[in-house]
Amino acid sequence: MQKIGVFVCHCGTNIAATVDVKKVVELVRYEPGVVFADDYMYMCSEAGQEKIIEAIKEYGLTGLVICSCSPRMHEKTFRACAEKAGLNPYMVEVANIREQCSWIHKDREEATKKAVILARAAIAKVNLNTPLKEGESPVTKRALVIGGGIAGIQTALDIADAGYQVDIVEKEPSIGGRMSQFDKTFPTLDCASCILTPKMVEVNQHPNITLYTYSEVEKVSGYVGNFDVDIRKKARSVDFDKCTGCGECSTKCPLGKIGKIPSEFDRGLKNRPAIYMPFAQAVPAVPVIDRENCTYFKTGKCGVCAKICPSKAVDYEQKDEIVTVKYGAIVVATGFDIINLDKFGEYAYNESPDVITSIELERLMNAAGPTGGHLERMSDHKQPKDIVFIQCVGSRCDSEEKGKPYCSKVCCMYTAKHAMLIKDHWPDTNITVFYIDVRTPGKNFDEFYRRAVEQYHVNYIKGQVGKVKPQPDGSLMVQAADLLDGKQINMKADMVVLAAAVEPNPGVRKIATMLTASIDNNNFLTEAHAKLRPVESPTAGIFLSGMAQGPKDIPETVSQAGAAAVKVIGLLAKDKLKTNPCTAQCDTLLCNGCSTCANVCPYGAITYDDVQVMDHGLRETRRVAQVNLALCQGCGACTSACPSGAMDLQGFSNRQITTEVDAICR
Amino acid sequence: MKYSYYPGCTLKNKAQDLDIYARRSAEALGFEMEEIPEWQCCGGVYPLGSDEIATKLASVRALNYAKEQGQDLITLCSACHHVLKRVNDDMKNVQDISDRANNYMALEEPYRGETKVLHFLEVIRDVIGFDELAKKVVNPLTDKKIGAYYGCLTLRPGRILEFDDPENPKIMEDFIRALGATPVIYSMRNECCGGYASLKDPEFTKSRTSQIFEDSTGFGAECLITACPLCMYNLNKSDADTKVPVYYFTELLAEALGVKEEA
Repeated sequence: MQKIGVFVCHCGTNIAATVDVKKVVELVRYEPGVVFADDYMYMCSEAGQEKIIEAIKEYGLTGLVICSCSPRMHEKTFRACAEKAGLNPYMVEVANIREQCSWIHKDREEATKKAVILARAAIAKVNLNTPLKEGESPVTKRALVIGGGIAGIQTALDIADAGYQVDIVEKEPSIGGRMSQFDKTFPTLDCASCILTPKMVEVNQHPNITLYTYSEVEKVSGYVGNFDVDIRKKARSVDFDKCTGCGECSTKCPLGKIGKIPSEFDRGLKNRPAIYMPFAQAVPAVPVIDRENCTYFKTGKCGVCAKICPSKAVDYEQKDEIVTVKYGAIVVATGFDIINLDKFGEYAYNESPDVITSIELERLMNAAGPTGGHLERMSDHKQPKDIVFIQCVGSRCDSEEKGKPYCSKVCCMYTAKHAMLIKDHWPDTNITVFYIDVRTPGKNFDEFYRRAVEQYHVNYIKGQVGKVKPQPDGSLMVQAADLLDGKQINMKADMVVLAAAVEPNPGVRKIATMLTASIDNNNFLTEAHAKLRPVESPTAGIFLSGMAQGPKDIPETVSQAGAAAVKVIGLLAKDKLKTNPCTAQCDTLLCNGCSTCANVCPYGAITYDDVQVMDHGLRETRRVAQVNLALCQGCGACTSACPSGAMDLQGFSNRQITTEVDAICR
Repeated sequence: MKYSYYPGCTLKNKAQDLDIYARRSAEALGFEMEEIPEWQCCGGVYPLGSDEIATKLASVRALNYAKEQGQDLITLCSACHHVLKRVNDDMKNVQDISDRANNYMALEEPYRGETKVLHFLEVIRDVIGFDELAKKVVNPLTDKKIGAYYGCLTLRPGRILEFDDPENPKIMEDFIRALGATPVIYSMRNECCGGYASLKDPEFTKSRTSQIFEDSTGFGAECLITACPLCMYNLNKSDADTKVPVYYFTELLAEALGVKEEA
């Protein structure tokens, strides 16, 4: 028989305001097994924990029930507290009377009744608890970063600088990501490539960093500290070791002159050859052949690049290669793109070449961009005089099928940046910005926006644009509402720039599935705790960096990248990890080898083996399930699926759970 | 294929062309339009008051009749199409209106939006197909540059009418292409013509229609087509410098199918 102590927490007024804690103590005091019950203002505080330790010693307690907040919040705290007093930490159960009781009920009597029931269930369970011992697993001292934009680059550099090996997998031919496409950065207006390129070079030269560009993660198995990852290195068709990056092949590719392949890097504003580097400062400076468009791969004819390459680096026979690498931790830094604008027909983005997105404007303003940094309309190459910026195109959108419910967070600032940069170069340009709200929290951010309004006289109008109408004379007519004036506006424009909503890189869904990392309705990766664990995924060993987790600007991305790196370093610094002892076990006498459990196991932890069993005095060989304890995460899927009741979860045994239900339904 | 057909009042008076050419074209395209006996005026405007039930009953009667026949309900006039689809949506999805309308009607079996309402153009697009239509064209309108004028009632509210993308529709352009002509795309094509404002403020309607003509002809339109008798009325009243002829889409359809003149 256990000797159980019950501790009921007030949590200030969080619990006590709705639940009569004194009454709970009185009602559970005589439950089977309970030898001690008490309440306290803050059970998690030092004094509260002291109280628990004292009671364990004084009453010789063998099990604890803490009636408090969610176990996700403080189960660890109370387990550690029990261990301090010499009790096995798995003899502690938490009855959640805060999130699942006091916070959601108003009626004090009802809530108190429910708190008692939850406490009874936990007490009934502790009666059946047995001490469990955590196992140990080794840690592979190497990290994987998926995505080579500024988020991935910064995370990798920070991990590598701490002395650990780190690999970056980037699906594009070069690292650099979105930031490499930008012209200037807010709020300091320093040039994006001036601050990014040195970091890209550092990544390339760092002894602890291995780069897999033009590569994709194909398969992930294993668990925290011990992931096995298959990486597909797509065939570049260029020998990495021989290529000097001279660029002769790209200049001579006949398709470069025909100009039919839109450059992804220049957002389709410029064309590229079939053998190409996305941009001049690409890292690595080794081109790839786009096999879908290359004449040689389509018809077997051409072969110009191979002929002219001075170092004979072009290799048409190259094949995709799959490498398998072991990692201790994985960081997802897959970044973002802007939404597709097909559903926003009112802005005529598909109809007029002079309606562009902000990221296209970045390319148009960039000295290395398609126009050499000269701002011009794509239709007639004339410099625009009247430019209209439209904010929140698809952001904060109430129509789910059209746009996104969230604020993209970066548009207000980059639009102010664009307006000022244009005014700096061409002061007689008229710029109008249509906005819903101008949101500029951040260090030196609001000052930046005020400068656009007060010093540069950018015309900010509160109101949404209803329609952009391409006119027969080639100009654009912008029809909008001025909400402060209550008037309809019809405004002529030479160019319209759309601040399209950001969304996570479309590939992230596939990656999240491989990693069993959860994502939200908008495909942003979910953090383990919105406030307290913002750079960790709920899946152990998976960390989050940059826009993949939610909209953020460059300063915030870099901070988060560093934070993710610290978490990774903290993990890799350990030689051994404690493993969760709440794993599944198979009762070989009951198992009939049907494979149901193996089919539902998300971690591939169940295998089959022929074992000799003694059943009622008969020795026979049977095919039975075996659980790999290193892989099992204790999710319990197998225990509920097993038709013969052979699978059981330690710490959450079938008997413990039915006993809890019995206690609730008593 | 047999459909219940709801012509509406205007098609019996001012907009007889819209009706006659549709009937002849339907025959040529191989589907039958059975006019609902004793149909009543849809009201011309969808009543926005949520407690306004009586004015919705004419639509409910027509919808229920089609249900009893086991037929889809076909309409031509933009306004009727708009009102019928919206009332049908109310009957299907707005419990309060649906219950009360059924109380008024006292039908043997309550009507809950079971009938499918189709615009004539939707039948061509979704049932017959524009490629099939193109095959049946005997007098292709080659070299004609036609601007489709949608107006607002055919398209909005997009979620309920589900006719086409209200911001960037293409059903009428595809229709024009199927007839062998060239569609002219211009941004005023889905803007309002002024509608009933022509009764109270004719100058306002004139400024709207002038913009429509200016924009469409600016992009090269030689004529416009419409499915709406009210748009037709307002456009015809226009004194725009750039005025071009306006036809009901069914007239050009009948012409292309070679059934414009009665056999």
